[in-house]
Amino acid sequence: MPVQLKTLIPLFAVFIILFLIARHFLIPDSFGKYGHYRANSIDEIAALPINYAGKAVCIDCHDTEAELLASDAHAGLSCEVCHGPNAKHADDYEIKEYLIKQGTREFCGRCHSLNPARKIEVINQIDIKEHHPEKENCIDCHNPHAVWELKE
Amino acid sequence: MEHLYEILKHVDGFIYPNEIELQWGILIILYPYITGLVAGAFILASLERVFKIKVLRPTYHLALLTALAFLIVAGLPLVSHLGHPFRSYEILTTPQLGSAMAIFGFVYLWYLMVVLLLEIWFDYRYDLVIWSNESKGIKRRIYKILTLGVTDISPKALAWDKKLGYIITVIGIPSAFLLHGYVGFIFGSIKANPWWSTVLMPVIFLLSAMVSGIALVMFLYMVVSWIRKVKIDMACLDEIGKFLFMVLILDFTLESLDQVHRIYEAEESFEILHMLVTGKLTYTLFIFQGLMGTIIPLLTLGFFRMYLPKEKLRKPIYFLVSCLVLFGVFFMRWNVVIGGQLFSKSFLGFTSFKLGMVGLEGFWMALVWMIMPFLILSFILWLLPPWKKHSEETV
Repeated sequence: MPVQLKTLIPLFAVFIILFLIARHFLIPDSFGKYGHYRANSIDEIAALPINYAGKAVCIDCHDTEAELLASDAHAGLSCEVCHGPNAKHADDYEIKEYLIKQGTREFCGRCHSLNPARKIEVINQIDIKEHHPEKENCIDCHNPHAVWELKE
Repeated sequence: MEHLYEILKHVDGFIYPNEIELQWGILIILYPYITGLVAGAFILASLERVFKIKVLRPTYHLALLTALAFLIVAGLPLVSHLGHPFRSYEILTTPQLGSAMAIFGFVYLWYLMVVLLLEIWFDYRYDLVIWSNESKGIKRRIYKILTLGVTDISPKALAWDKKLGYIITVIGIPSAFLLHGYVGFIFGSIKANPWWSTVLMPVIFLLSAMVSGIALVMFLYMVVSWIRKVKIDMACLDEIGKFLFMVLILDFTLESLDQVHRIYEAEESFEILHMLVTGKLTYTLFIFQGLMGTIIPLLTLGFFRMYLPKEKLRKPIYFLVSCLVLFGVFFMRWNVVIGGQLFSKSFLGFTSFKLGMVGLEGFWMALVWMIMPFLILSFILWLLPPWKKHSEETV
């Protein structure tokens, strides 16, 4: 055997063995229990704070709005789509820091501004600049919980 | 939520919310770019070694060391993009064999440990032994360690160096093809993206890698010669130019074929891709990649096949061509990586990309990763100068 290989082969073998030893210690205990990931991560993620309360929780208190909403085109939307994540508010009614009640042209325009790539049969769209410019915000006329009902 | 309004101004038509911001920025452009330079430089080196193109001898060691310097950096843009360097070893300790991306660690290690380091070691072993006896201080100690204790320089041992080095190079050629074909496969196998999903992608990546690698060695050979104030071997430079021309033709043909195929098939994604190419990618695709990076070098090198101007004129032109090719291939990667993320998967709209200067995904960060291999190469050239090798005359 050439003199080079007499050194290289043991050297590579040492590398591989060291790697395998390191691997043994580096792999987390719960790795591979359910699949190709650390099983403990499920509990860790589950323990993270929750941001969204979910529609069912909102409805518990805000039943009037929920009833209105269910009767119209926004029935499919969840409350927090427009109002923002409010799990804290659900726990404590007084906390309203993230609660959104805007109804500005830009806010509603995120879905309803005219966009040729958006299907008009699915989402009603208007030109947010041209549509009744004398009014400031959409909610001056429209009730977002009952969208076809115009305010006086 | 206010920041959304600002971002939405950069969106045209309809796109899905998660497509507004590009997830893969300039660091992901550098990854295939630098990896390609490695594969290309190595393939140029192997032309001399395996295919016995003797005229390329002056660039053989330079090409090998260039490949090593760039390979050391190749994975780092990825690590810096992912932002968790202390977790990066997990790609090796818990390999997910079903994922092409997760195999990178092994493709990389194979190429670094089994191909490049071994080939350079076999090639330099004789010199390392001599240098470890001649030099003093810390350098002597480094050379001693690099010999790995194999100090036998009998003709028999040296013959083995040659033989084993040759075997490694032969293994190295398919490995170099594998390394960069693999990078192309990462993009080509993403079936949800019509701009990437083509079986030609690995081949195109490989050929453009060879183009860029050859151009890089050409560039470095000229720069290193100027710094060392030695005469450039014009026969060698002409030969590199010839190979660059050959590979450039293949690369250009295949990339065109890919586009022609796309245009003729005109699948449902064609309209949006047509808008992409004629809109957001006009400059980077037609001017930077096509005209500057491909057509001008092709015409120049093609003209050199018919008529060779004087050396004084040829040198700056070769220099310019190598810079243009390097520039063009960078924008080829740009067009693939950025282009593929600019249009919506709904095929109904576009987002936009603006390269920031600062930040972990910005221009300066990319520049750091791009300068790094040149610094490493300077160090390697200082430690293992090809022009001071003894084996050239004696073996």
